[in-house]
Amino acid sequence: MRFMVIVKANKDSEAGVLPDQEILAKMGKYNEELVKAGVMLAGEGLHASSKGARVRFQGNKRTVIDGPFAETKELVAGFWLWQVKSKQEAIEWLKRAPFDDGTEVEIRQVFETADFAASDPTGELRKQEDNLRRTIESQRR
Amino acid sequence: MAVTATDPHRAIDAVWRIESARLIAGLARMVRDVGLAEELAQEALVAALERWPESGVPDNPGAWLMAAAKNRAIDLLRRRKLLERKHEEAGRDVEEAMDAPDLDSALDDQVGDDLLRLVFIACHPILSAEARVALTLRLLGGLTTEEIARAFLVPEATVAQRIVRAKRTLADARVPFEVPRGGELASRLASVLEVIYLVFNEGYSATAGDDWTRPELCQDALRLGRILAGLLPGEPEVHGLAALMEIQASRLRARIGPAGEPVLLLDQNRALWDQLLIQRGLAALDRAEKLGGARGPYALQAAIAACHARARTAAETDWPRIASLYEALIESAPSPIVELNRAVAVSMASGPAAGLALVDALLSERSLQGYHLLPSVRGDLLAKLGRQREARAEFERAASLTKNVRERGLLLERAAKCANGNSPAP
Repeated sequence: MRFMVIVKANKDSEAGVLPDQEILAKMGKYNEELVKAGVMLAGEGLHASSKGARVRFQGNKRTVIDGPFAETKELVAGFWLWQVKSKQEAIEWLKRAPFDDGTEVEIRQVFETADFAASDPTGELRKQEDNLRRTIESQRR
Repeated sequence: MAVTATDPHRAIDAVWRIESARLIAGLARMVRDVGLAEELAQEALVAALERWPESGVPDNPGAWLMAAAKNRAIDLLRRRKLLERKHEEAGRDVEEAMDAPDLDSALDDQVGDDLLRLVFIACHPILSAEARVALTLRLLGGLTTEEIARAFLVPEATVAQRIVRAKRTLADARVPFEVPRGGELASRLASVLEVIYLVFNEGYSATAGDDWTRPELCQDALRLGRILAGLLPGEPEVHGLAALMEIQASRLRARIGPAGEPVLLLDQNRALWDQLLIQRGLAALDRAEKLGGARGPYALQAAIAACHARARTAAETDWPRIASLYEALIESAPSPIVELNRAVAVSMASGPAAGLALVDALLSERSLQGYHLLPSVRGDLLAKLGRQREARAEFERAASLTKNVRERGLLLERAAKCANGNSPAP
């Protein structure tokens, strides 16, 4: 199964301060270990939210909100995609990561074949559902 | 917010999966016996199962397991030596022997070398293909005997037997725990790649049973392939195999229909293909080609898979290129099955008649006599040429030859369609 491992932002990452050499080296070594174990599928670090934007959807209206965003701790600063056999294995791998200072890193399972594609491989069911919803909406008007 | 202590048994399973190969590899270097190394690692695991539920999982579980296994190794070797020699010197000798290659202080290179030696010994040509597969999954994949048995639909006792016998064969033959060098490396590596691809294929199109695919097994093979690419980064065919598996695995979720039936490549919904795996596969193929391995059998197969992966619709497939890649593959790794595949590609590039001529040339091929895809392909080409009655007989023949239930259903369905209409398929 696949897991997304989500690293949250902190003051430094939001200020655009890059991690120092030592941390980068440790993280590089950790990433190498993940690759060598055949666990890491992908991984990226994200720029500060000041370089990002949000789009809010309301009816037909789209409102664009430019970064930075206030709730630092809820922001995503980076992620990995891991292929492992169980959540526990993801946890054991994550425990080896060189984080410190109360950092919390989140592990979330990614939806996969067995979760829905097997029952709806062609997207037929979803299409039907969408059609049904549209029909109901048009009847209301 | 709840801070929960995780179930120690699950944690131990996970630690085992992460650490077992390195553990066994390190121990095998010390005791020079893979079977013994595995037993020692198992004993350390048992110790962890006793200890950790109470003490909690240690901060460095790998080092804990290694220390526990090493202590057992020292005890064991000391007892063995006792039988041969006087008490004191024996004890000292063993301590010294065990201290020298200390895993705690070992460099990463050392760990990599150990793992590589383990890979080569598990896939040693003196073992049968079945034994190699079982041993590789057990020693390197961290799978239990039960998991291997389930994956290959054989009784657990059979797998256990295979592993025991394989270890004995290796011990009896005194197979050295080393990475082959020079010319030997190429042939031994071919055996390793073959084992990994065998595991992948059993997951990708199961030869037996009710399910058309067993994705778990594909994942195990992929993981082994990725690990091997890390261990032997300079070997193009290792990347070629990784590329081939990544790209094929990208189609796993498109290969099964709603009722669990197989969906063939050209009928698949390409939106379901896993783009992440495709990108990884194309990158691995690029590495293989940059290392000068474009003509390697796995790289060529990966290049063929890449042609499909790059085509947004089935109609956009570059069939002439695929046909020429198959031609190159026949040169580098001749096989009647490759010839059959080439016939399919030629039929797509130049029409069913051209393909059928190539297939018919294979009819007398002895090694294809029981192979269900020969009549299946022939049936398909005959149907396209409007020769429905002959096509039907071929599909029925193919159905009688396959052991996979899902595939049989698909073939019988095609046979029935031939019976219904006599016009050529569109």
